[in-house]
Amino acid sequence: MKHALSPAVLALATLSFLALASGTARADQTVYHAADAPEATPVVYIGNIKPAMDQGTWLHGIFNQFEGRYAPGGTDFRWDGEAWFGGDYNKIWLKSEGTLEKGRMSDGDHELLYTRSISSYWNLQGGVRMDLDDGPTRTWGAFGIQGLALYEFEFEATAYVSDRGRFATRVEGSYDFLLTNRLILQPQAEFNFYTKSDVGRQAGAGLSDVDAGLRLRYELWRKFAPYIAVTYSGYLTQARRIARDQHDDTGSVRFSLGVRSWF
Amino acid sequence: MGIQGLILSHFRGFLLMTFPSRFRGGVTRRRFVTGIGAGSLLAALPRTSHALSSTAVPLRASSGIIPPHPSDRWDMKVGHTRISLDGKTMHAPTVGSTVPGPILRFRQGDTVSINVTNTLDEPTSIHWHGIRTPANMDGVPGLSFGGIAPGETFTYRFKLHQSGTYWYHSHSGMQEAMGLYGAMVIDPRHPDPNACDRDYVIFLAEWTDVMPHDIISNLKMQDDYYVFRQRTAASFPKEAREAGSAGAALADRLAWSKMRMAATDIADVSGAIYTYTLNGHAPDMNWSGLFRPGEKVRLRFINGSTMTFFDVQIPGLEMLVVQADGNDIEPVPVDEFRIGVAETYDVIVQPKDDRAYAIFAQSEDRTGYASGTLAPHESMIAPIPPMDPRPARTMVDMGMGNMKPGESMKDMDMSADMSGMKMNGDMAGMDMHGMDMSHMAMPKMEVNDPGPPPINVENQMRAMMPIDRTGSPGDGLENNGRRVLNYRQLRATRPGADLRPPTREIILHLTGNMERYIWGMNGRKFSESGPIRLKLGERVRFTLINDTMMEHPIHLHGLWSELENGQGDYRPYKHTVISQPGSKLSYLVTADTPGMWAYHCHLLYHMDLGMFRTVIVT
Repeated sequence: MKHALSPAVLALATLSFLALASGTARADQTVYHAADAPEATPVVYIGNIKPAMDQGTWLHGIFNQFEGRYAPGGTDFRWDGEAWFGGDYNKIWLKSEGTLEKGRMSDGDHELLYTRSISSYWNLQGGVRMDLDDGPTRTWGAFGIQGLALYEFEFEATAYVSDRGRFATRVEGSYDFLLTNRLILQPQAEFNFYTKSDVGRQAGAGLSDVDAGLRLRYELWRKFAPYIAVTYSGYLTQARRIARDQHDDTGSVRFSLGVRSWF
Repeated sequence: MGIQGLILSHFRGFLLMTFPSRFRGGVTRRRFVTGIGAGSLLAALPRTSHALSSTAVPLRASSGIIPPHPSDRWDMKVGHTRISLDGKTMHAPTVGSTVPGPILRFRQGDTVSINVTNTLDEPTSIHWHGIRTPANMDGVPGLSFGGIAPGETFTYRFKLHQSGTYWYHSHSGMQEAMGLYGAMVIDPRHPDPNACDRDYVIFLAEWTDVMPHDIISNLKMQDDYYVFRQRTAASFPKEAREAGSAGAALADRLAWSKMRMAATDIADVSGAIYTYTLNGHAPDMNWSGLFRPGEKVRLRFINGSTMTFFDVQIPGLEMLVVQADGNDIEPVPVDEFRIGVAETYDVIVQPKDDRAYAIFAQSEDRTGYASGTLAPHESMIAPIPPMDPRPARTMVDMGMGNMKPGESMKDMDMSADMSGMKMNGDMAGMDMHGMDMSHMAMPKMEVNDPGPPPINVENQMRAMMPIDRTGSPGDGLENNGRRVLNYRQLRATRPGADLRPPTREIILHLTGNMERYIWGMNGRKFSESGPIRLKLGERVRFTLINDTMMEHPIHLHGLWSELENGQGDYRPYKHTVISQPGSKLSYLVTADTPGMWAYHCHLLYHMDLGMFRTVIVT
């Protein structure tokens, strides 16, 4: 930064010499200082009126999934949504997902997170997760990262630690392929990992379950897009055995219909 | 349609309206500015009697017709008016019940007083764009004064040192985005070298029924919310043809998506919600200006829009550009020019034929156009040309200089720490901008160089090799087969008033994060930055490096921006300077008026979301 660095001094000296030699007597005194650097004492505006309102807060919510998943034996209903309130750096973030099958709710995962913007495209998130459905209730501390990866790939990864000392991880990603400006194909997948099995919640150690979909939506308008989809929801490895032992569905591909909407 | 129909038929002949169905929904979609008419006649009148007595040319709001006489006293009433245009209804803040507000005409050298009465239920203000006033008359709440409270009347009083075409608008909240704006014409004290047989104001703007707050909110959630011209699977064959091969088109796409940016990012807000207007008329309302063949017609173009750059042509007519931002320039004959938000250009045309000519102003993103007609008789319509292909951003816009597409993108790492950049900073000082011999005995110059902007929450890229683009008419206009105006062609008709070389250079990077929709300078938004302090009488060079991939029309209040475009002492005086994406340009400023001044991007949503600084002259 400082001119104490000898290469910089040398460069400056050379430049100055060149400037003098070429007849444009212009000895530069470059100061690496922004003319608009923050000052210790803020400017006092007349009537305390700020001339630009760049510290606004905004409220948005979205249902990425709000869908019926058809099967001959009975149709499941699935939602996955989130909402946030806040400004450019600090937000309160709410996530909720769950599945209703035959009147019974499963995979209920609800999170309340503080979200901090840390770079152009990434946010850190920390808070609590509640597994709240018709199974046993679990409480977790949550910490994760969420944002837009290279190639505009939406990505989030969250690590959890439960009140019983267990660990879990959830990784989710999606991508929007624009077939036209309104017809959009979105592959999406969510993976859950646990360090220990939890038979009551049909969670197995290791990679436990997957929920994925290939959704084709049509944006009637930006905030309202009906879609058709092929979805897969299933248990893997140890969790698969647990589900089978409980005579439950271990995984199925289903045709789904839904609406993506936001405000 | 009952009352509306009555209004329509009543004003039909009066306003030369016609009903072509070419514009989207056609007849059923078009409505009319309800506020127009008698109310507007009373709302903003010069208080001298001679102006009232002259009825040869009726004062019609939005007519583009300049009042017959200047006045040094005006009364303006700011209020709400319910306005429908192109099926979009808004309870808009207006001056004199019309959008645009009335044209004010002044005379150079007069000390004018303007009474602005606020009948809104919120504070308002009027800023005189490009007018050099004392700081307390500049009309920016917080900087100039406390605003005009509801029910209050504020009297602006200042001496007009300048002449030419200017405009006024609110600087409170987002009132300007909703319709609080209008034109100003100042007669020169000496005979006008550009006097013409006919003289019209052509005020370009947009109209929408979406509230500004909602637009910003939507952009915060999804930055391409209003862009329906993105690259898709459906558009791929066309891109492959243009790129030469599918592989090249795919590589280009991957490069853009790797950067998490879009080559189709031309305008943040588009014709998806905007109806583009000319003197408050939607295209199908066919604003008309009359001429007799052979007459010289002066058209005073003002871009009073919120977010839209316009590319203006009058097919079949050569336009002689004679004034830029209110200041006379050596005439430049062109077929087309781009006008950035808040800029003004005066052009002279001389239609020889007994036929109608279209004034055709395409939005830069080609999602719509404003249009009107110059015609020898009323009710004539000129054919509207097809819109040009929309521009796509390239490596030049990314600040990669003149590299060929595809040549460089693989090596580009947005987060790379450019250790060599400091050196570039030093080199910047060596730039031979406006290098005339008067600069020979230049004293030591201080350079405020912030260095390359950080890549952070508020900034997503750096222009690694910003280039001088003053010779370019702008994206989408290069090599289009027409003569298109560029900044280098602007040459003042007289040398500058202050020929001192600058003693300080202030380098500013224009930055932003499209994804989060945050804008700023040097990687910071307004609320995180200090003021730019200038010493009274100081001569300063402002150098703008555009690290974003959009144009930014940068407006400095109260002081002239003398564009260093290679014209030496005849550099043009501007109040609003377009910084093209990936470019570096500079202008000189004499800080001769003390006070707090606004300095900002005139794309209003960029301004409000942080591309704003306070300049303090003491």
